[in-house]
Amino acid sequence: MSTPLLSLRGINKSFGPVHVLKDVDFDIYPGQVTALVGDNGAGKSTLIKCIAGIYTPESGDILFEGAKVDIDGPRTATALGIEIVYQDLALCDNLDIVHNMFLGREEKKGITLNEISMESLARKTLDGLNVRTVKSIRQTVSSLSGGQRQTVAIARAVLWNSKVVVLDEPTAALGVAQTEQVLNLVRRLADKGLAVVLISHNLNDIFEVADNIAALYLGKMAAQVKKNGVTKNEVIELITTGKSEGVTK
Amino acid sequence: MATQIVLEKETLKGAASNYISRIKSGDIGSLPAVLGLVSLVAVFGAMSEYFLTNRNFANLLTQAAPVMVIAMGLVFVLLLGEIDLSAGYASGVCGAVLVLLVTNHGWSWYTALPASIAVGALLGTLIGTLVSRLGIPSFVVTLAAFLAFQGVLLLLAGEGGTIPIADKTILSVENSNLTPMQGWILWAVTSALYVATGLNRINSRRKAGLVVELSQLWAMKTGALLIITGGAVYELNQERGLSAANSTKGVPIVAPMILVILVAGTFLLSRTSFGRHIYAVGGNAEAARRAGINVKRVRTIAFVLCSSLAAVAGMLFASRMNSISPSTGGSSTLLYAVGAAVIGGVSLFGGKGRMRDAILGGLVVAVIDNGMGLLGYGAGIQFLVTGAVLLVSAGVDAVSRRGALSN
Repeated sequence: MSTPLLSLRGINKSFGPVHVLKDVDFDIYPGQVTALVGDNGAGKSTLIKCIAGIYTPESGDILFEGAKVDIDGPRTATALGIEIVYQDLALCDNLDIVHNMFLGREEKKGITLNEISMESLARKTLDGLNVRTVKSIRQTVSSLSGGQRQTVAIARAVLWNSKVVVLDEPTAALGVAQTEQVLNLVRRLADKGLAVVLISHNLNDIFEVADNIAALYLGKMAAQVKKNGVTKNEVIELITTGKSEGVTK
Repeated sequence: MATQIVLEKETLKGAASNYISRIKSGDIGSLPAVLGLVSLVAVFGAMSEYFLTNRNFANLLTQAAPVMVIAMGLVFVLLLGEIDLSAGYASGVCGAVLVLLVTNHGWSWYTALPASIAVGALLGTLIGTLVSRLGIPSFVVTLAAFLAFQGVLLLLAGEGGTIPIADKTILSVENSNLTPMQGWILWAVTSALYVATGLNRINSRRKAGLVVELSQLWAMKTGALLIITGGAVYELNQERGLSAANSTKGVPIVAPMILVILVAGTFLLSRTSFGRHIYAVGGNAEAARRAGINVKRVRTIAFVLCSSLAAVAGMLFASRMNSISPSTGGSSTLLYAVGAAVIGGVSLFGGKGRMRDAILGGLVVAVIDNGMGLLGYGAGIQFLVTGAVLLVSAGVDAVSRRGALSN
């Protein structure tokens, strides 16, 4: 394996008496999709929020491109090139696609918004992702389907030359065809060289697009393995019991 | 089926079918207000011979002006999905400050007016801070402010008292007119700027290779707007004095003032990042927060703008009545202003609406008020009809929103 872009070493995080993450190691590689699996309450969201700078781990190191970094807030994470696409998407229905992609980071010319450069860049980004399903990028997000909304959210994340994109259950609410679209998009992100983290409960999805699989079990990293080295049943065992005979840590 | 809509060749027919599908999907914009305004004018024009006269037209504008200005301020707050019930009495309080400073303390209008607007901004800061920092619902905060400002106004005016104002400049705003020549110059300059801005937008989009609005459609819309406004200027420039000795003609001075507020507000809402953030917070406050927008600051500023514009309306009240009384900005003022914004197409649920909606809705409210009065109906019937119109507009808003959600 190549060297990881982002490495977490011995991460611990507690909320009061609840020890949520216990000495978690986690590696994310450029150009690869790393699936993060685990049952409800295993600590997936907490781990992601440590990467996003929303939570600060009590102990442990975060290494970005080999150097130790201190992600003390969402802005630090953004500055490093880490973008999170949350499950509830965080889009404004009443704004159009361009507005949503640049929300909070509008480009300006003097004091006025530079709509032209924003629209051009938004279109270039969507074209670069081979998104060909939206009719006009000036339509409001409320008129989009679930898959298209997910696409906009993902496109927003990659607009900023980001290096790491974390997707939190991107296909959870989608139909079959739209799930396929989004998974293709996830794969393309990795093929473009980004490090992609995919949180999902759907093993079929994971086995379709992931390169690595990391399984959390009760706050511990049960295993992080290459997809080709495991079977679905072994992954299910890792998720439900934290160990599997065929898999070594 | 591509984002790369390579300057797809649009046709008028295509634009029309786009518009129809937009209306079907619940994005009705100001269509109901325009239809309502046209039919109201037709009905009142048929029923009262005085309604369609020049004199009444000018009267209508000056009548509607204060409510329109309050409504324009309310647009900022309504876009956030909040409400400001105190804007009416805020205009009363600020008007009283203005009149007191001029009449009792001998200030000139150009120092007293900024001072009264500053008082408005202060009131807005107070309300906005309570809403955004403490998280008290704006309905409750502004209801409390509604009562409190009423008290402040009573204290300022003295029980039952009115404070007169004799300053010529302030009185002229609602009572004097531009000369016909000034009116035409205003129309020509504004039209030229409007056309230039539109052409510039189309050109720079075309240069950047982006989809451009159909130029025929743009020309038609712009042409219609210029004809309507030109016609209004022409009508207002006709003699409407009651006797030869008392010649009255021209565009009321309040009209360019409203135009300035309209242009500035529209610029703020549609061309600056602050305006964009207002829409974002109104559409999805959590998404706005995650996108790094300072939601609390946006909320506070919206209330500041609302109360500051209410202060301008207070000046208009003082100008129109030649005085300020304890009931200035009271009774139905605020509700008419909210009604104006909603009738014009601003959504009470936040995130949808434009500055010009307040003007359009303000005209509808004023036409009902004025027309019913001319037909000899009492205040009782007027309130009933205005209430019904407001209910219908809010209903249309709610139903169209449901239509949009179910898509």
